Amino acid sequence: MFSFGSKQSDSQGASQAPQPAVLFKTAVRIRSRAANNATEGIPWIWVCAGALVTILLLIAGLFGVILSQGLSALWPHQVIKIQSENALVLGIPMRQEEGTDPNTNVKQMRRLVYQANRDFGVNEFAFVPVERLVESERPKDVWFVERREWGPFLGRIQTSDSNGVATDVDSKTLSAMLVGGAERSKQLLHIEKGALADLNATMEDLRLEKKSIERQLEAGAIPDDEATAKSSNVESQLARVSKDHAALSTQVQELRSVDEAIKITLLADNGQTKTLPVSQILRVFQPNSLSWIERLGIFFSRLWGFVSEEPREANTEGGVFPALFGTVAMTIIMTVFVLPVGVMTAVYMREIAKQGVLVSLVRIAVNNLAGVPSIVYGVFGVGFFCYTVGASIDQLFFQEKLPNPTFGTGGILWASLTLALLTVPVVIVSTEEALSAVPRSLREASYGCGATRMQTLWNIVLPKALPGVMTGLILAMARAVGEVAPLLMTGVVKLAPALPVDSHFPFVHLERSFMHLGFHIYDLGFQSRSTELSRPMVFASTSLLVAVVLSLNFIAIKIRSQLRKRFEGRGAF
Amino acid sequence: MLNPADLPSTFVHPESCSGPAQISIQNFNLWYGKSQALHSINLPILQHEITSFIGPSGCGKSTLLRAINRLNDLIDNVTVDGDIRVGERSVYERHLDVTSLRKRIGMVFQKSNPFPMSIYENVCYPLRISGITSRATLDEAVETSLRSSALWDEVKDRLKRSALDLSGGQQQRLCIARAIAGNPEVLLMDEPCSALDPISTAKIEELILEMKGRFTVVIVTHSMAQASRVSDHTAFFYLGRLIEAGPTKRLFENAHSKATQDYISGRFG
Repeated sequence: MFSFGSKQSDSQGASQAPQPAVLFKTAVRIRSRAANNATEGIPWIWVCAGALVTILLLIAGLFGVILSQGLSALWPHQVIKIQSENALVLGIPMRQEEGTDPNTNVKQMRRLVYQANRDFGVNEFAFVPVERLVESERPKDVWFVERREWGPFLGRIQTSDSNGVATDVDSKTLSAMLVGGAERSKQLLHIEKGALADLNATMEDLRLEKKSIERQLEAGAIPDDEATAKSSNVESQLARVSKDHAALSTQVQELRSVDEAIKITLLADNGQTKTLPVSQILRVFQPNSLSWIERLGIFFSRLWGFVSEEPREANTEGGVFPALFGTVAMTIIMTVFVLPVGVMTAVYMREIAKQGVLVSLVRIAVNNLAGVPSIVYGVFGVGFFCYTVGASIDQLFFQEKLPNPTFGTGGILWASLTLALLTVPVVIVSTEEALSAVPRSLREASYGCGATRMQTLWNIVLPKALPGVMTGLILAMARAVGEVAPLLMTGVVKLAPALPVDSHFPFVHLERSFMHLGFHIYDLGFQSRSTELSRPMVFASTSLLVAVVLSLNFIAIKIRSQLRKRFEGRGAF
Repeated sequence: MLNPADLPSTFVHPESCSGPAQISIQNFNLWYGKSQALHSINLPILQHEITSFIGPSGCGKSTLLRAINRLNDLIDNVTVDGDIRVGERSVYERHLDVTSLRKRIGMVFQKSNPFPMSIYENVCYPLRISGITSRATLDEAVETSLRSSALWDEVKDRLKRSALDLSGGQQQRLCIARAIAGNPEVLLMDEPCSALDPISTAKIEELILEMKGRFTVVIVTHSMAQASRVSDHTAFFYLGRLIEAGPTKRLFENAHSKATQDYISGRFG
């Protein structure tokens, strides 16, 4: 009512000319408007809106910093010349800051420059006073070479003819050579990860079988002659497989020597050279003569490599595919455990148990569990799952492999179970809320039709509560994906030798340790050789982790809105 | 206003006792915790006729209705005394299967409460929970019930659509279709029109009149006009007691007790 009045008088005031006679009246009007503002709570609206804007800016800043730093790590930057003590050297300029020259103690503006060529006696990262950067000189013919080992290289690429005379290679010949090299590496990889790995697995199985026969013989479970027959059978199989293995290894050796014969030479600015097989080179480009389109092409190719390849060089280069896979796999396994257990617990507490002191106590306990620090769950996970449950499983089913643990150590299954334990309170609480929000009239309608309690629960109450359950699941997943502390103890590793899923029976290996994006970030940021070297990967991995969290949430929210649509009308079934 | 002490004893007109009783309520008392909501109700409800329960809010008419199919069991702390018989069997028999009792009694609620499912699934819900899976049986039951509730022509082309897309009046008729799909003996209606507009109300009243002869209908209503339009018998409740029951015409024109006359003529309530 107040606001209505004030606005009316306001518009009248605006239409009147400000004559001296009405000056006093106007002043009164202004004062009363101020009073009205106060009663309407206008200042409070501003304070609240200000808080909202602050939060929005913080979120935008967070994503902005992470994304820009992460994506810039993949962008092919230009190379400039830098005035060194006696010569011009190549480098990619990075951030600028104010620092003190260690020799002269003079304050100066300096810039971090990435010079690559780790194996050519060059400081990869160097601080250079700004005046020594020669921005104008951008040599068009400089190559940026991404290699399997020793990090990137900046400089020229040469080939030697039969007389040992080195000439600069033209890009056409180079790309043909690279295609050949990539082909040969692929072939080698195919044999090593395919047939050779299969043979290795078979040999391991046979060795275990042999051990098992010996154990049974010792225990007197099988007679001598049977044991002899069995083990000679295993021996002959083992001999056959070993022969195959040797043959395949020879083949690999031959391929490798062919591959290593085709070489190119890298020539750095400081005159040093290095000759290496072409197949060692992954990607080359001339950063100063790229068009925008080509730059974008390299950017996306690097982006794809980042999410689809395995890491190299102690995780500071290459991709993060195993970590991405581990993160998603762990979250899915966790969901498989947490959803049924959480929902069933909530259903029992809300729908079946008699509401009383005991149920209230359990409810308080569940709520408190949600607040227990995650590291506590980690300690519990390693103590209970790995060393108690896992060790018992090993005793029962994997005795041949002992003393090497199978389930008796950290693994993706135990990590997922630990996280399920960590997130189950969230699911219970939100499921309980969703169940209690199901209208009484719906239950009565179902009972009125002659439905039993279980039929009502299953057909009416649970479907209606499903969107609420999904909310809980989204919260649980969001918490689990970002959790690192409990994983440190229950099976995450810096570099996993194999994914938890592969082509060897039984295809899913839940006992294996795994890589995780959250741990990957921690490891890169705090455990690697050089902070500068791993910084781009830290931001790129962080962006990816954020993307994983957002897309998992997006999928869950999409499912929830489908469910809501279904249970609030609109649309067919 | 009458005090409980001044209340007259129950008077049931003899016309409402002649004929086969589908439901007989015998000396029935009900308590919510410690407070007594129903005081020794004695009332026969005649087979295949329409009986309406009237009375001011809180007089226990809905409670009595929900006692017939034992829906009050869902509320904690309800205790009963006395007996209600539906057909030959007592509702409060010791080892009675409540679900089979409720399958014999359809119920329509004050607020329409279709399940969040398709129209088809809503109607055949009582059959599905009885374990009937034959498509032909279900199809037939859905069509028959929807025709009986005068909804078939409106929804026959969208049986697979969500029931929540229907209008309020259609939803209530759908609930009636659902209540009669299992072919019950008794149909209980708890103020079925109180949330509807006059046109939807008229449609539902028409339906109730058509039910006569097929089901024993008990309807709780706040509207005196509705009671006089649809019901054969009327029972007037006040403060948890049955004051008077008899043929609707007798009650509305020439009630035996003063309280009934006062309430019907609108002098209190």
